[in-house]
Amino acid sequence: MQNISLAIVLAPLFGAIIAGLFPVSKRVAHSVTIGAVGLSFVLSVCVFYKIVILGEAGFNETLYIWLEVGAIKFEIGFMVDSLTAMMMLVVTFVSWMVHIYTVGYMRDDPGYNRFFSYISLFTFAMLMLVMSNNFMQLFFGWEAVGLVSYLLIGFWFTRESAIYANLKAFLVNRVGDFGFILGIAAVLMYFNSLNYVEVFSHANEHKDTMMQIIPGLDWSVMTVICILLFIGAMGKSAQFPLHVWLPDSMEGPTPISALIHAATMVTAGIFMVARMSPLFELSTTALSFVMIIGAITALFMGLLGLVQNDIKRVVAYSTLSQLGYMTVALGASAYAAGVFHLMTHAFFKALLFLGAGSVIIAMHHEQDMRKMGGLKKYLPITYWTALIGSLALIGFPGFSGFFSKDAIIEATHHAYEAERAGAGFAYYAVLLGVFITALYSFRMFFLTFHGKERMDEHTRSHLHESPKVVTIPLILLAIPSVFIGMLTIEPMLFGEYFKGVIAHNPFNAEDYHGVIGFMIHGMLQPPFWLAMAGVGTAYYLYMKAPHIPEQITYRCNLFHKILLDKYGFDRFNDWFFAGGTRKIGNIFWKIGDIKIIEGIVNGLAKMVIWLSSVIRQTQTGFLYHYAFAMILGLAVLLGIFVFGAKL
Amino acid sequence: MPELNEFLIVAAVLFCISAAGIFLNRKNLLIILMCIELMLLSVNMNFIAFSYFNADLAGQVFVFFILTVAAAESAIGLAILIILFRNKYSINVDDINTMKG
Repeated sequence: MQNISLAIVLAPLFGAIIAGLFPVSKRVAHSVTIGAVGLSFVLSVCVFYKIVILGEAGFNETLYIWLEVGAIKFEIGFMVDSLTAMMMLVVTFVSWMVHIYTVGYMRDDPGYNRFFSYISLFTFAMLMLVMSNNFMQLFFGWEAVGLVSYLLIGFWFTRESAIYANLKAFLVNRVGDFGFILGIAAVLMYFNSLNYVEVFSHANEHKDTMMQIIPGLDWSVMTVICILLFIGAMGKSAQFPLHVWLPDSMEGPTPISALIHAATMVTAGIFMVARMSPLFELSTTALSFVMIIGAITALFMGLLGLVQNDIKRVVAYSTLSQLGYMTVALGASAYAAGVFHLMTHAFFKALLFLGAGSVIIAMHHEQDMRKMGGLKKYLPITYWTALIGSLALIGFPGFSGFFSKDAIIEATHHAYEAERAGAGFAYYAVLLGVFITALYSFRMFFLTFHGKERMDEHTRSHLHESPKVVTIPLILLAIPSVFIGMLTIEPMLFGEYFKGVIAHNPFNAEDYHGVIGFMIHGMLQPPFWLAMAGVGTAYYLYMKAPHIPEQITYRCNLFHKILLDKYGFDRFNDWFFAGGTRKIGNIFWKIGDIKIIEGIVNGLAKMVIWLSSVIRQTQTGFLYHYAFAMILGLAVLLGIFVFGAKL
Repeated sequence: MPELNEFLIVAAVLFCISAAGIFLNRKNLLIILMCIELMLLSVNMNFIAFSYFNADLAGQVFVFFILTVAAAESAIGLAILIILFRNKYSINVDDINTMKG
């Protein structure tokens, strides 16, 4: 088991090194990386089979002690249980698909090898993150995926906007990471250990411990730790108000938008909170905070998707909104539902992104939906897979998204009934979110694939379906997008899949009457009808009466402007944080640098010049002056020699 | 026969005159050279006086050495003076201040 775990982690790293550091041909670069990630995937399947199907005990061992300070150990080790096994499968599978897809998407790019090196490196980092058995290694993976994300957003580094976007992503993530590292420090302070198992087993002892950061104010230790850790998750999983980097990250190539900014890296925060569920369960305050943040993200970021015209940005905002759903589930203590949605979302969102990428290839890198339309007959495979992805996203019964989203809404409703703070708001936010999700998804779908052909003649004449390396991953991703939900809902939500891994599960096995029962039950619930209403509205607005959206835009001018401005977060951040930092920097430069530091340095030099100009006066160049000085000195020395003893 | 201290007083006076000659003189480099000679002679005087009154010949041997070295030294000094004059057309002490800081 230990060797398998090591191989899973190190194979992508090996691929990354070969493709990145050695001058190999394109063919070798993609063969090695695809082979390495494929190996990881196959081994992950083995691990999954062993742990989940055969029911072997999970693996939890420290492999290497990096350093020891007193009683504190920084270790590298793996913990493989059912949660990890599932994450490993999702990460390696989506990563593998994206690797294959990239062969087609990046075919003519000069940075081909570099790209493969980065995505393999990303797979390595993400696997380190999910497989770690201590906070230290979690943080390593956390930072490493952030770094690769930075590198990949700025992959086309000659573009001004890409540089802006990757810097923004990096800085916003820094804010989250600051909270995260404070949280880890707090864990270390109160538990004297960074190992998951040790920390979780002592979590109850600190249930009522209080701490004082500001004198006179008592704070529960668990609440502080959980909120700090969640701030880290807010950065990585792009939760309000640290969500601003995700839409801009679409500057990167589409495959990485699918892999990193939709399917895997952004879900690291969700995974982390689920992993820390024994801690979060001890603080209802933190859980309410998590739920409210998630609900705000789910609803308001979805709204932004309605006004975007860039096909990738629509998908990006839908990712934000879906991450909000997962966070709401975590906040409602339904960790299993959050992780379940994480898994289904990884498949269908990667599918949607890769589908959007396929459209972009066909349109010769045109991303504006207003210049598309009627692509159905040109791109049949992309059309059908995108339809599957969209249906899964809006939660159409039977598709994977339906099960996970329904479970989240159900769990939020439970929390609402249990009168947990903020649950009422969260419940209505996620309900309304369903309608909005359906509306923007099918707005995008209709604008892209149906209706009038709005592209120019040149593009139209070159339209054709993408090559097989692009369409095969789409088909392979479409399969789990349909079936993964109905296959896994029973063990994951109502069964004992997460027993002993995730602290709390609000779902009861007695309430579950098979997949069909769940679907029939779901169809009688408001979310289904809201989703249908959303699709219907989109159909009416963008197919039947395309003049109405313009009128709505005109009538609700202010609202439209607010949405286009993304609630002004970017402007506020640019003005307040970026501008403020620049101003403070300016002050430091003017006073600290110019006045104080340069004053000292230049002042010393000036003093030396002045002093030497005084002393130089004594060096006249006349021999008799020197002779006189010598005699005088002699006289003084003699005087001291002769009379000194007496004094 | 004068006493030892009288010799010493003469020598000290000679030394002071020569020292004053070096740094009061502003005009002529030759005078500086002559003053240096005079200083050496005053020291020689001390040597001879002590040698005589202590009945030790070593002092007088030293005087010979000093005289020889002084002769060589003034020969070099005069040679330098001639070179200097060729370059500057002056042996005025006030003109020779190229070492000024």
